[in-house]
Amino acid sequence: MTEILQLVIYGLVLGSIISLGAIGVSLIFGILRFAHFAHGDLMTLGAYFALVFYGTLELPMPVAFVVALALTAGVAVLLDKLLYRQLRRSSPVILLIASVGVALMVRSVIQMVWGTSNVVYDQGITMPYVVWGLRIKPDWLVILGGVAVLVTAVHIFLQHTTMGKAMRATADNMDLARISGIDTERVVMWTWILGAALAAAAGIFLGMDTRLHPVMGWRMLLPVFAAAILGGIGRPYGAIVGGLIIGFAQEFSTLVLPPSYKTAVAFAIMVIMLVVRPTGLFRGRS
Amino acid sequence: MSLLQVSELRGGYGSGADILGGVSFRVDPAEIVVMIGPNGAGKSTAMKAVFGLMQVRGGRLTYKDQDITGLPPHRVVRHGICYVPQEHNVFPTLTVHENLQMGAFLRKDSPAREMERVYELFPPLKEKRRQEAGTLSGGQRQMVAMGRALMLDPGLLLLDEPTAGLSPKFMGMIFERIQEINALGIGILMVEQNAKQALGMCHRGYVLAQGHNRLEDTGANLLANREVAEMFLGG
Repeated sequence: MTEILQLVIYGLVLGSIISLGAIGVSLIFGILRFAHFAHGDLMTLGAYFALVFYGTLELPMPVAFVVALALTAGVAVLLDKLLYRQLRRSSPVILLIASVGVALMVRSVIQMVWGTSNVVYDQGITMPYVVWGLRIKPDWLVILGGVAVLVTAVHIFLQHTTMGKAMRATADNMDLARISGIDTERVVMWTWILGAALAAAAGIFLGMDTRLHPVMGWRMLLPVFAAAILGGIGRPYGAIVGGLIIGFAQEFSTLVLPPSYKTAVAFAIMVIMLVVRPTGLFRGRS
Repeated sequence: MSLLQVSELRGGYGSGADILGGVSFRVDPAEIVVMIGPNGAGKSTAMKAVFGLMQVRGGRLTYKDQDITGLPPHRVVRHGICYVPQEHNVFPTLTVHENLQMGAFLRKDSPAREMERVYELFPPLKEKRRQEAGTLSGGQRQMVAMGRALMLDPGLLLLDEPTAGLSPKFMGMIFERIQEINALGIGILMVEQNAKQALGMCHRGYVLAQGHNRLEDTGANLLANREVAEMFLGG
């Protein structure tokens, strides 16, 4: 029983990190109609930005966190203006390939600046709390609390602000949004800001949970896409549920499979979902 | 002064062939103008051209004496022209209320007055204001679409086949509402398949054929015209 509950906790932490990434992938797909393959590397970039302000400049983590989110959002907006925007009228496949190129570039820059070895935010080992025989790392409480705050903020933004509603409207029907007078380029910009900031947060949380290395985000891309597809691509709320399901599935798979197959589990779920119900659990776009 | 003046309009989609070969029409203030014509006559295309949704290659468009030729849709809207497409004219995952709010996106002030007006025109929408627009019936969706377009308090409303696919009951209701909207002082240009009803309620009508003007007259005169009767009213 304790073992199961311990896996639930692992799954919750991993799943909520995946969710943050998946919300962004889902939003970007909803608005721009392409699978953003550089999303994982935006996660990595966010994690390293936080390292600069927390590790090198020794600012408090909350400050480093906010600055890293802002910088990552800035990079995403810049990438959109310089590259994706030029390709807006091309087919989605071209944008997808372009984003693979961006992924490689971002990762290479990270390797050039910060090197290829593992880094951690905090040296040394923090002792986990032990509650009813369950090990709970203090970092996990920070991560879960942080994800809860961010998801709530996204919800309020999408449901109660004019820009949030315009984002949902644009995802529904971009032509009609334009006809209504909605400035869709501004909606696109806010989509990148939101998606990239959430990706950076996911990267930082992942770095807190494990360690930083240049392919950390790229390795998360598959579970993140699986979560977005599971939730119904283009449906940010579905992405949250999808993320948690993938997180649990990956952790619970270790009961029967070696842990190195975790990613394969996410991949299997994604493939099964695409075959059986390509619109996802919550009827997104196929 | 005409509200909308379109002269010798030529154009088509993208780099394709011209669909409009020189069409002229006008809408006077607070007038209902109907465009009818066989399929492929360019009625919807002419309307889209007004709204900047296609490539204008010749001719001139003015609204309240201001040149709007070739402006993109989001600039045309700012002049006070709103457009209701024939299909996909609501945001399906947004609630009815949110759909109306999106219609008011450009407003700096509160749209409360317009919102109230739309709910008065279409009472069923008030009951369903918290429901997603995608779950509504075709007639109710058309109400949402027209309501959305009224939120900016436009001077001219463009309606592309507002009764397409609706039951006779809803059709009559929509035509009545169009007259009520017009009574508020809003000019209306619409394309219609149901020529008889449309000509019966409009001030003036145009018959287009193959991208050109064919006939132009008052609604009553067009209804009485033998050529129109043969073409559209089943002989």
